[in-house]
This record gives sequence, C-alpha cells and structure tokens, in this order.
Amino acid sequence: MQGWRGFRKSYFVYSFLRDPMAIGSFLCLAILVMVSFGAPLIAPHDPYDSSTIDIMDSEMPPLWLDQSDARFLLGTDSQGRDMLSTMLYGMRVSILIGLGAVALQALMGIFVGLVAGYRGGRFDAFLMRLADVQLSFSTYMVAIFFGALFQAAFGMGRYEQLAVPLLVIIIGFAEWPQYARTVRASVLAEKKKEYVEAARVIGLSPSRIMWRHILPNTLTPVLVISTVQVANAIMSEAALSFIGLGMPVTRPSLGSLIKAGFDYIFSGSWWITLFPGVALVVLILSINLLGDWLRDFLNPKLYKA
Amino acid sequence: MDRQPLLSVRDLEIRFRMRHGDLTAVNHVSFDLARGDRLGIVGESGAGKSVTGFGILNLVSKPGYIAGGRLLFEGRELTALPEEDLRQIRGNRISMIFQDPMMTLNPVLTVGTQMVETILAHRAVSRAEATAIALDRIRKVAIPSPQKRLQQYPHEFSGGMRQRIVIAIALLNSPALIIADEPTTALDVTIQADILALLLGLCQSEKMGLILITHDLAVVSQVAERIAVMYAGTIVEIGPTAQVAGNPQHPYTRGLLGALPQRVPRGGRLNQIPGMMPTLTRVPEGCPFSNRCTLCEEVCRRRVPPLEPKAAGCLAACHLLD
Repeated sequence: MQGWRGFRKSYFVYSFLRDPMAIGSFLCLAILVMVSFGAPLIAPHDPYDSSTIDIMDSEMPPLWLDQSDARFLLGTDSQGRDMLSTMLYGMRVSILIGLGAVALQALMGIFVGLVAGYRGGRFDAFLMRLADVQLSFSTYMVAIFFGALFQAAFGMGRYEQLAVPLLVIIIGFAEWPQYARTVRASVLAEKKKEYVEAARVIGLSPSRIMWRHILPNTLTPVLVISTVQVANAIMSEAALSFIGLGMPVTRPSLGSLIKAGFDYIFSGSWWITLFPGVALVVLILSINLLGDWLRDFLNPKLYKA
Repeated sequence: MDRQPLLSVRDLEIRFRMRHGDLTAVNHVSFDLARGDRLGIVGESGAGKSVTGFGILNLVSKPGYIAGGRLLFEGRELTALPEEDLRQIRGNRISMIFQDPMMTLNPVLTVGTQMVETILAHRAVSRAEATAIALDRIRKVAIPSPQKRLQQYPHEFSGGMRQRIVIAIALLNSPALIIADEPTTALDVTIQADILALLLGLCQSEKMGLILITHDLAVVSQVAERIAVMYAGTIVEIGPTAQVAGNPQHPYTRGLLGALPQRVPRGGRLNQIPGMMPTLTRVPEGCPFSNRCTLCEEVCRRRVPPLEPKAAGCLAACHLLD
C-alpha cells in the first residue's frame, strides 16, 4: 500500500500525467493490448475455427458500405473470416512475437554485454566483434535465410506449427547486439565507479558484483531501447509475414493479414489490407511515442522544469 | 599476547605496466602493525599511499601488479594466497574505507541490503541474524533510528551519515584491520572531527588495527600512534607520532611541517618545499628527494639512502642524518 501511494506521488507519474502525448499513446497501447489479449472473449467470431467460416461470406465490405452484412463490422477477408476478429487475434500474435523476441534479445544481449564489459580484454574484443558481425547482417536477411531454410528442411506443415517460436528465435537472435552494445557501454562506465571497487574490497565474487551491483545500474538505457526494440520486432515480423516468411495465413498476424489483403486491393476490397495496416501503424506509433517519452523522462539533460 | 605483528609488510613493490616499461609506484615499503595499533601514512598525491593500501588487500587493479615483497597478515602470506582465500579476508578480516562516501555505496541498493550482503558473503548466518548484526553496527556508528535507516537508499543520507554507514559496513564482520583511505577528505571540517573521533573510539573499543591514509598531518596526528611519511613511492620516515610531528628527521618531513600555517608567525611567509614531487617516470637516481632537498650533497645523487634508525624510535632514509 505504501509502495502504491509512493508510486502515485512519484515524479514518474507526475511527469507522465503532464504529458498529453504520453497519456494518449499509453491509452492507445493499453486498449490495443487489452483487446488483442482479450480476443477470445471479445471477438465476435473465432478465425481459427474453420467450421464457422463460410467461403460465401468472403470479401464482404465494412458495415457502412452497400452489400455489407450485419455480422461483420469491418467486413470479411477473401476466405470469409470476420476482419475484426481476425485482426484482434492477429494483433495478439504480433505482440506476442514482439515481446518474445525482445525478451530473447535482452537475455542474450545483457549477458554478453555484462560479461564482455566487466571482463574486458580479449574476451571483450572477441564478443564485440561477434556482435559487429551479427549486426552487419540485416535482420531481414538472417530471417529470410533461416525461415527459408526451415521451410525447406521441415516442410510447410511443420513450419506452420512452429512459426511463432521460430520467428521469436530468428528476430531475437538477429538483434541481440543492440542490447549487448548498450549494456557494455554502461558497464564500462559503471565499473570504474568506486562502489564497484568497494564491492571488491568487501570480498564479493565477480559474478555477484556483475549481476547484483553493476547490472541494476545499467538498466535505464536497457529500458529505453526495449520499447524501441519491441516496435522494431513487431515491424520485422510484419515485414517477414508480408513477404511470406512469417506467420501462415491460417494463423495470421497483422503482417500476414496485410499481405493476404494486398492481393485484393485492386479488385476493390481495400478493407482487407487497410484495417490491419492501420492497426499496425497505431500499435507501432504508440509504442514508439511512449518510448520517446520514457527516454526524455530518464534523461536528466532533457529535464523540463 | 603473541609477539607476532598483525600485519607485516616487507619490501613491498608495486609496479604499473605502461607502454614505455614499468613504473614503480611503491618501492620497497616495509612496516609492521601490531594488533590494535594505529598507523598513519601521509604524503602528497601520487606518493603511493593509496596503492599501498590496495596492495595490502592484494587488490591492485590493472595494469598494476605486486612485483615483489611479502605481506604477512595473521600469519598468512597474502601475496601467495589464491583469489578465493583473499576474498574471504577482504571485508572480513581487513576492511577498507574510501574517500568519497557519495561514491562507495551502490545507489540502487538499500543500505540494509548492502550490509546484509557483506555479512552473508563471509558468514554462515541467516538473513535475520545478519540484519541484527547490521542494526548493531549502525547503532555503534551513532546513526539515529537505525531500523528505518536500513531500508533507505544511499541518496537519502547526508555526506557525514553516509561515511558513518561506510564505517558501519567496514565493522560488520569485526575485522582485525581497517584501512581508511582519506576517510574525511570529502567531508566538511566539522563533520571530519566527528568521523575521526568515531573511528578512533571504535578502533580502541573493538581493538582493531587501523591504517589511516591521508595527506592531512593534523588528521593523522590526532588518530595515529605512529606515522609513516611517503615520498615518490618510498617511506622516507617512520616513527611514533610525537617524534615525527615534534622532531622530524628527514628533510622532506621537516619541509612538510614547516609549511603548516600554525608553525609560522602571523603575517610571515609560509615555508615551502621548492619544486614538485617528480612523476614516477622521472624519479631521480639516488635519493628520490635529492632534486628538491636544500641539503643535497654528492652522495645523495648516487646512492639510495636506506631506512635506518635515527632519533628515538624513528627510522629515516637520509644520508645526512647521524
């Protein structure tokens, strides 16, 4: 209780409440996350249940246009699935992949950055060159390569089952150097500080000094890049899905919905691609705006009195 | 009591590996410290005082290393101990207090967490017992409402209070020796006196040895029983406080004391030692002080003077004293 009251009075909350942009993007993000994770409860249809899908319902326009059907608020896609429901489920997949990939990136990157920065020397040089090499391959290139390899090796059926964890691993693996570099830079600054010396004088083991004393002091930049990285990971997933190497159409993410609808855009069914596209933009934008606010808040040089 | 001193430093030599060869930061330093004894090490910046302090813990950070000499602490040779055993001595049998209490506490951990962690690193006690010990030590350094203070973060303390916390942390495992590296330099003068009195009182009541590293002669003469004066990595004079402060032998010590304002008549010009302490790359041959010494003779430039008994109980390294 004490903690909650302290939190409500904190400068963090104060500065958040004074920034309409931050509130707006937070609300947007909160709503999107809630509806997408509450999709099984809210969504009017279940896009994964093929028995409820009727091909005769395909390409129905949104409610406010002619020839629409009252059952489908935002129309239907080419297979007769309700757009709204499919988008909610799809957004859930996108967010899950984004969070999963970032968790993996953070885990690998923080570990490598911390150890490299603290140990220093050749060990550090080796790990950081490894990171440089990894960064010199674009995320898409790595993802396309491994995605295609997996599809070829295990077949489409198996790929469709394992698409989510596979995308998490591919996107997570491609971007860990971002974390490693950020953490290493902070560790280099932190380890010269006297409290680290004091911890060594106290007789603490190096691993304890690294994880318990240095790591918490390096988390500020990690927090900031995490927001940007989540947005990036969602974008990467959407892009991969768009070129057909992401989520299969049977379990669509926002990206694969955009791709599926893109084929129909010239036949007049613009809604199949537009609505997921808008949802993606709003999702990414609110994450990025919130990240910007967080960065400004945590940067004392940009302190606004 | 056993006759063996608590700490015996013999010919300690600490070097730094630089691009143009090694620099000797601490050159054949020897001294003994009996149980409960208090030694002050004084000298200018760069004289090798702090490096000596870290050297005693065998914790000279790269590119420095201990090049030679022996460090006998409680009968164990610290220069030969494996890292694991050294960790068991650091913070447990030997504690260290640093100059700036703003910097030595981890800003993101509560004071209590940091204290409990220090105890648990060395003793097999429960968390509750460790907290009880921490409370006891906080009471010993006279911090009001210890229970509440344990849950606070370092930024919630004032400078003097933080230095008390640092001292409390040093006391946690009842060490036999505390190395205090300029413990009062970052504090203002009124608090300096408090902290020194506290440190002195604790050393006497807990029978702890103390090595006080400082550049402030007034501080050292308040607290220490013996004083070692360091210059360019060597001890030039060591002896009882009253001797060294009252009847200095070595020309450098004399120069230092002569420069104190209280020794010069009001309005008179302060004495000063000409020149500056040489950087470690340019220590003169022979006596390291020879290029600044007003008494310098031919022999001083050729041979390094040994540290020899001069006046009562006092050792000094100078060719010209007999």
